[in-house]
Amino acid sequence: MTVFILRRVLQAILVLAITSLIVFLGVYAIGDPLEILLPADASMAERAQVAASLHLDQPLPLQYLNFVTSALQGDFGRSFVYNRPALEVIFERLPATLELVTTSLVLSLVIGLPLGLWAGMKPGTLTDESVMTGSILGFSLPNFWQGMMLIMIFSVWLGWLPSTGRGDTGTVLGLRTSYATWDGFVHLLLPALNLAMAQIALVIRLTRTGVQETMPLDFVKYARARGLSERRILFVHVLKTILIPIVTVLGIEFGSLIAFAVVTETIFAWPGVGKLIIDSINMLDRPVVVAYILVIVTMFILINLIVDVLYSLLDPRIRSRA
Amino acid sequence: MSETLLEVRNLKTWFETPKGTVKAVDGVDLTLNRGEILGLVGESGSGKSITGFSLLGLVDPPGKVVEGSILFKGEDLRAASVRRLQALRGDRIAMIFQDPMMTLNPVLRIGTQMIETVRAHAKVSKDEARAMARDALGMVGIPRPEERIDAYPHEFSGGMRQRVAIAIALLHKPDLIIADEPTTALDVTIQSQILSEVQKLTREMGMGLIWISHDLGVVAELAQNVAVMYAGRIVERGTVDQVLDTPMHPYTRGLIDSLPMENDRGQPLKQIPGNAPPPLGRPKGCPFRPRCGFATDACLSEPSETGDLSRGWRCFHPLAQEVSA
Repeated sequence: MTVFILRRVLQAILVLAITSLIVFLGVYAIGDPLEILLPADASMAERAQVAASLHLDQPLPLQYLNFVTSALQGDFGRSFVYNRPALEVIFERLPATLELVTTSLVLSLVIGLPLGLWAGMKPGTLTDESVMTGSILGFSLPNFWQGMMLIMIFSVWLGWLPSTGRGDTGTVLGLRTSYATWDGFVHLLLPALNLAMAQIALVIRLTRTGVQETMPLDFVKYARARGLSERRILFVHVLKTILIPIVTVLGIEFGSLIAFAVVTETIFAWPGVGKLIIDSINMLDRPVVVAYILVIVTMFILINLIVDVLYSLLDPRIRSRA
Repeated sequence: MSETLLEVRNLKTWFETPKGTVKAVDGVDLTLNRGEILGLVGESGSGKSITGFSLLGLVDPPGKVVEGSILFKGEDLRAASVRRLQALRGDRIAMIFQDPMMTLNPVLRIGTQMIETVRAHAKVSKDEARAMARDALGMVGIPRPEERIDAYPHEFSGGMRQRVAIAIALLHKPDLIIADEPTTALDVTIQSQILSEVQKLTREMGMGLIWISHDLGVVAELAQNVAVMYAGRIVERGTVDQVLDTPMHPYTRGLIDSLPMENDRGQPLKQIPGNAPPPLGRPKGCPFRPRCGFATDACLSEPSETGDLSRGWRCFHPLAQEVSA
């Protein structure tokens, strides 16, 4: 296991190095930030001065080298727009997004697993048909439209839940979180549900298929022949088997959730990194864009590592091979 | 010792499919005493496995036991509730399946699966259940059971896995074990080890054992009594000696002839011509008629069973009479 993790960490470093190069080149190609940062009538002297202060006058390889050297020391440069360290700007907004994304993942499991098990146990019944129809809607309706409908139903008509903002946050173990206050919690519900919609549909389908593929297997029949209760068969034998693909898919989906959070954060005015990155791209705020992408890539790698470890915990056949 | 354990009468298990009714088991009678090993022999699709599953109420839909009675120690299992059956399975009646790679859950430890089986039927602590499981593993000849109990199924060889399955079957000292082709997937040396092990345990524990197999050779080695199944019915029954030495049904004769023998070395193996009839297109009358060299017009109606439940056959042209006539 240690060797396995060590190997993965080395792979991660390589991936990060390559990504940083691609991102740096990509952002360099987008355009010249001076055009946006400076007034149109700025003199050549002013331009040169600002370019020098942002190190934009140096040749590209040197800029990259400078970037890597400081990045290794944890310095990703200062945001052109906010005039604060880029990493600080991102980390300030990141917890809100992570909170949103993890809540969505939990929601998708809490809602999707039981519905999927239920539908899978009764294939072809009205229950099954209704759940499956619901999941098709979850998949195919545009996410932003679902968000607007949620606001329409729960905020406008029923008036149960607030539609915008993060609400009050409290501090638990040094983390600012919406879970600390009731106000924060109710503000979190709608955006999290909106973000979770497609995942819930996905989990329902994976679970249902898993149950239907697992129930006819010999080990289920053998479990019955040993006199085990249906409950134990479903919740231990079947569930443990189908969790393997579900965990894998959800781990990969974690990344796409962060990406989708851009839409949800915009609809619900959620102060996360999704909104930040859109603004930064518009403003050509290079350090923030580069730092954001590297942070996200690092998170991806970490998540994949965690998924792999979880995977091997769930499936002993993989453990012995790793 | 001759206490009757199981009496099956006129058992019919049918599958309702869109194309018609598949009569997988169509009127089977069986009797089994304590300490007795009964071999249930037949080709694939003869209904022998479905017979086994029917006894435990484990036939998957659309299959259903539609007729007959299954008396286990005097109790009618067909009338038993789902709860009652669940209580009997794994406790009084245990089952061993063909391929232990497929039947043990690959993501759970052997120990977990044994302990859950113990605790499904006995109110014991986890530690006690574990001790019982470990002892059972030791009994079937698994070395270092204390260590191996924490292993996963894929960490065992095929033979060892089948021993685990036998150990699980023995956990509650059942009255009846139904073994469905349990040694088919094993190589011959392991197979004979396990056969003698099973024979010994059955004798020592006074259990009844139904050994379902397509291999007449294995059954001859292991069982006292044999029932030969063809197309959902028992076509011949008797002691191993009776059935193997003086087979009455041409199908049984065919099975015996198709066993490879020492003195036929180099000769092509004899085979029964044709194939087992498809379940939906069984011929009228005797189902073996199209493959039978003795068939006459009489065989267009269905033969009833001649003899009784200890020695009987279903044939209009029993072989021994042909010989004596």
